[in-house]
Amino acid sequence: MKKVLGLTGNEAVALAAKQCDVDVVSAYPITPQTIMVEKFSEYVANGEVKTEFINVESEHSAMSACVGASLTGARVFTATASQGLALMHEMMYIASALRCPIVMGVANRALSAPINIHGDHSDMMGSRDCGWIQVYVENSQEAYDSVIQAFKIAEDPEVLLPITVNLDGFIISHCMEGVEVLEDDAVKKFLPERKTDFKIDPDKPLTIGPLCLPDFYFEFKRQQEEAMKNVPSKVKKVGIEFGRLTGRTYDVLHTYHVEDADAAIVCLGSTAGTARAIAEKMRKEGEKVGVVKVMLYRPFPAEEFRNAVKHLKALAVLDRACSPGAPAAPLGSDVKTALYEMEHKPKVFDVIYGLGGRDITPTDIEDIFNCVLQTAETGIIEQPVMFVGVRE
Amino acid sequence: MVKLREMSTEEPFAPGHRLCAGCPESIATRMALKAMRGPTVITQATGCLEVATTIYPYTSWKIPWVHIAFENTAAVASGIEAAFKALEKRGVGKKVDVLSIAGDGGTFDIGIQALSGALERGHDFVFICIDNEAYMNTGIQRSGATPKGAWTTTTPAGTVIPGKPEFKKDLIAICAAHGIEYAATACISYWNDYITKVRKAIEVEGPAVINVLSPCPRGWRFDSSQTIEMGRLAVQTRYFPIYEIENGKYKLNINVIKPKPVEEFLKAQGRFSHLFKPEFRKEIETIQSWVDANWKRILQLCGEAGG
Repeated sequence: MKKVLGLTGNEAVALAAKQCDVDVVSAYPITPQTIMVEKFSEYVANGEVKTEFINVESEHSAMSACVGASLTGARVFTATASQGLALMHEMMYIASALRCPIVMGVANRALSAPINIHGDHSDMMGSRDCGWIQVYVENSQEAYDSVIQAFKIAEDPEVLLPITVNLDGFIISHCMEGVEVLEDDAVKKFLPERKTDFKIDPDKPLTIGPLCLPDFYFEFKRQQEEAMKNVPSKVKKVGIEFGRLTGRTYDVLHTYHVEDADAAIVCLGSTAGTARAIAEKMRKEGEKVGVVKVMLYRPFPAEEFRNAVKHLKALAVLDRACSPGAPAAPLGSDVKTALYEMEHKPKVFDVIYGLGGRDITPTDIEDIFNCVLQTAETGIIEQPVMFVGVRE
Repeated sequence: MVKLREMSTEEPFAPGHRLCAGCPESIATRMALKAMRGPTVITQATGCLEVATTIYPYTSWKIPWVHIAFENTAAVASGIEAAFKALEKRGVGKKVDVLSIAGDGGTFDIGIQALSGALERGHDFVFICIDNEAYMNTGIQRSGATPKGAWTTTTPAGTVIPGKPEFKKDLIAICAAHGIEYAATACISYWNDYITKVRKAIEVEGPAVINVLSPCPRGWRFDSSQTIEMGRLAVQTRYFPIYEIENGKYKLNINVIKPKPVEEFLKAQGRFSHLFKPEFRKEIETIQSWVDANWKRILQLCGEAGG
């Protein structure tokens, strides 16, 4: 029988980490991620897990301890958001370069200043080049499912890269929904204990993290790129296997009514739900609109993306982050780059929305759909980067 | 005190590294590893020792060695210690000793937060600060461990300001204030005292800290044949008292009955040469007063009379 629990996104992430039988959690609380850490502390205090929980004094030390633990061969989980992620930034490059398959829940939140605790993607986008796999989820169910899959993807010997599971701060992190959960044994079967040959072991001593000068550094970075290339196929493979177990199959993208659409919205995270609801309404009104939800943001699944949208006339890319001075915001830049080599490609414009937790309303989405439909019809882009929901 | 015949004959720290001639860091490291009691993992902060012993694809380390960054070696040690504990619960772990090594930059300054956190949490590890009193790896810049009056490239001997204006930070008091079982000062010139302390620190269940004074020929400006002599002078002038704090109890390990004037320590090093100009000589008196007061303070803490 299916087991459904009422869980917030944060609770779903904590429960998934618990069921993944993590050896070490090293984390520091920050709004809106705090409940992930608090829930896990309860599991530890009540003897429900064997995990060593390190209550560190900062996010920098959180990630440092995670790297140390992961290099020892342990399965490691942590969580953060916003300023905490920014403080970890230095360590995130090291975690990926030392090939530590750490899984981190990120309850995405705006970056200061001004200080703001609400949801946007500025935090993760600020660290998007840190060599981590980055997955964005739409709701608590996806948060739960993605954490379990994340360990399997990250620990694959052909990957060995850390991974963030991103959930919109408050919108998902604090929203209680019915989440279908697996039995502990089913998770254990899906995700066996971590095994690795490259670890801190007195019987097979390794020098880890040496100085590496121009004669070798480049090769290390090159190998990281190769590992990233292996990720999309692994995500799909694990997504199918997870689907067999749960009936919920995961992929690098999720498309909705895109097959016969003229125009579509491309977005990350919780906004996809609103976009789909509006697309459904507009479909009934005869508008050929669709939604592309990017689930795997790094590595960006460019080939899959091109295949999904090659027949479309126009795309509106929704970015919940900005990149001041850049020709487009992060997701917009990736989409445009992915499409550039195509001979016949959709017209693309970028929409910056929702910064600091500013609500994106169904009306906003409908306006954006109308705008992208107009571009599909005329072939004209009114504004390459537009802002929605801001006082001008 | 350890006896020579009791010490490990293993040399897990191989020669052929690229540290300078006369460098105290290789001495401090080799001696520390003589105190090993079993499988040991090294976590290392960024610094001279890291860059000079591991230039890829070469390594001087025959035991597991991990370098992550500059400011976090105690946090890395926390993670490793916790992971070994967790793996032991799974039946796949081993009992290992975790030894962290950092310079004074990675300890007194940028590393103090991570160190404080790890001490407060009580991880079972030993933290050795190889204190050469400045950021030597980046070319001799001042640190919280640099003594008053010393020239460094960021506290130059100017015409108005004669070297570093501030005194050295009391690291061991800060560490001891965490209520840890063992903290000590040491100097590479007193090998037996130092190695004994490292072994003591390893045997403590919980965190332990040793600050080992390591005179740097490049940064202190003396001939590379004089490294050990310079450490002796630091101790024999009472500039660097050698003591330990065990469960809150201070103990003086090397009593200096007839101290040499601190001037002898200062004049042997180029980093203090500007203090011997007539306009800055009063600085030497200030340093001597600090040395006297500090010695008295330590003696009182150790419950020793006189001095």
